[in-house]
Amino acid sequence: MVVELFLDLLSQPCRALFIFAKKNNIPFEFKHVELIKGQHLSEEFGKVNVLKKVPALKDGTFTLAESIAILLYLSRKFNTPDHWYPSDLRKRARVDEYLSWQHTAIREKGCRIFFTKVLMPLAVGQPFSPDKLEEAVKEMNFTLVQFEEKFLQDKPFIVGSEISLADLVAIVELMQPVASGCDIFADRPKLAAWRSRVEEAVGKELFQEAHKQVLNAKSLGSMQLSSELKEHLKQILKP
Amino acid sequence: MLTGRMALELYLDLISPPCRAVYIFAKKNNICFEFKPVELFKDSILGRKMSGGQSHEGQQHTEEFAKVKILKKVPVLKDGVFTLAESTAILLYLSRKYNTPDHWYSSDLQKRARVDEYLSWHHNSFRRIAPKTLWIKVLIPLFTGQAAPPEKLQEVIDELAASLVQFEEKFLQDKPFIMGSEISLADLMAVVELMQPVGVGCHIFADRPKLAAWRSRVEEAVGKELFQEAHEQILNIKELSSIEVEPKLKELLAPTLMKMLK
Repeated sequence: MVVELFLDLLSQPCRALFIFAKKNNIPFEFKHVELIKGQHLSEEFGKVNVLKKVPALKDGTFTLAESIAILLYLSRKFNTPDHWYPSDLRKRARVDEYLSWQHTAIREKGCRIFFTKVLMPLAVGQPFSPDKLEEAVKEMNFTLVQFEEKFLQDKPFIVGSEISLADLVAIVELMQPVASGCDIFADRPKLAAWRSRVEEAVGKELFQEAHKQVLNAKSLGSMQLSSELKEHLKQILKP
Repeated sequence: MLTGRMALELYLDLISPPCRAVYIFAKKNNICFEFKPVELFKDSILGRKMSGGQSHEGQQHTEEFAKVKILKKVPVLKDGVFTLAESTAILLYLSRKYNTPDHWYSSDLQKRARVDEYLSWHHNSFRRIAPKTLWIKVLIPLFTGQAAPPEKLQEVIDELAASLVQFEEKFLQDKPFIMGSEISLADLMAVVELMQPVGVGCHIFADRPKLAAWRSRVEEAVGKELFQEAHEQILNIKELSSIEVEPKLKELLAPTLMKMLK
């Protein structure tokens, strides 16, 4: 029985999973949960993940939420190459450190830019607030300094000489502001160079494939959100 | 030439929940470490005079400590030249290096995944919400001389309540512990965070029998004495309310604090 991955490639953590599984030739069934249609809020999907979020995994009767947990589960079950989650104690700790920190840092700030510039306007039918966007970008800038100074430093990848789960999780999150029209790589040569390395390590074709949907700015801006989703967003985003 | 093994150092302030998790874990597993106290609110909450030229943000931000932690947070681990931030990373590192009992981070693939799942979800739920109770009930009044608007506290309590529902429904369910029959890192991280509201008088366990029963089991599994020891400070945090804070400090911190209310 093949592993089922419940994904929507508009979502950053879903892209990390998609890339990881494909790169490592992990056989899986892509179960599309369309976020803009509010499919993640359905009772049916609730049986897979009661938290009603993507990504989710179903392996036989075993269901699992949270992309970090799923990435680690897949890396162990399918014995992926060591560099993804090094067996060296300290290198592994560095990956754990990044994966922990990123929740309320890169992930949070990237989401905020996406919500402010793309989702909220679609939910309320009004243009985005420039002040709110400025604030969101400011916070992202601060976080990026921390990312470069603490996690990347002068190394090719976060852990050292090879790509790991940390870089993968980071890059997909950083593509969200890019998709929103905020090119955070533009005036950051070190970061841009790291991005190139990550794309290369993952495989450019696979990287493009994963990001095709979210990078289509035109279709992004004209997404038709279901009314249920609009209500849901208005509640959680608190404009 | 001075040689000799450098002890494992743990930079902790037990007012901080993740620090308590690391402290309890290390002590419970008899891991030898040097406790390096960090007082997050030194020179502020304790109203001590600041020596000239010291950062107004308190001891945590002094240069020496900054070398250890660019991210300026606790807990921090220092093992020889290796420094590590983030409580989850520290707990995992310690569990591996010191070969702690399997139940803390089960070698069973699916059980381990359950722990990872909780540890991930934790960041944007309890970790994000629970500390606000301390800020609203104790720190903001202390620093601004005014009570925070009651709606703000209610907002936080409601948010926390929603998270607690998810916790019981998704993570705890009808099991003794998150992973199953034994305590793991997940329970430890959860319980220390939930003691924050308790410390400031938000009795979240009072009308939640299932949650209260789980908490008792966790305390028992950890050891009541150790649990109490780790929580002594937060459980007496209200004593801070009566301390006189320097007006200058109040002024400096006010904008940051008002931001926290958002």
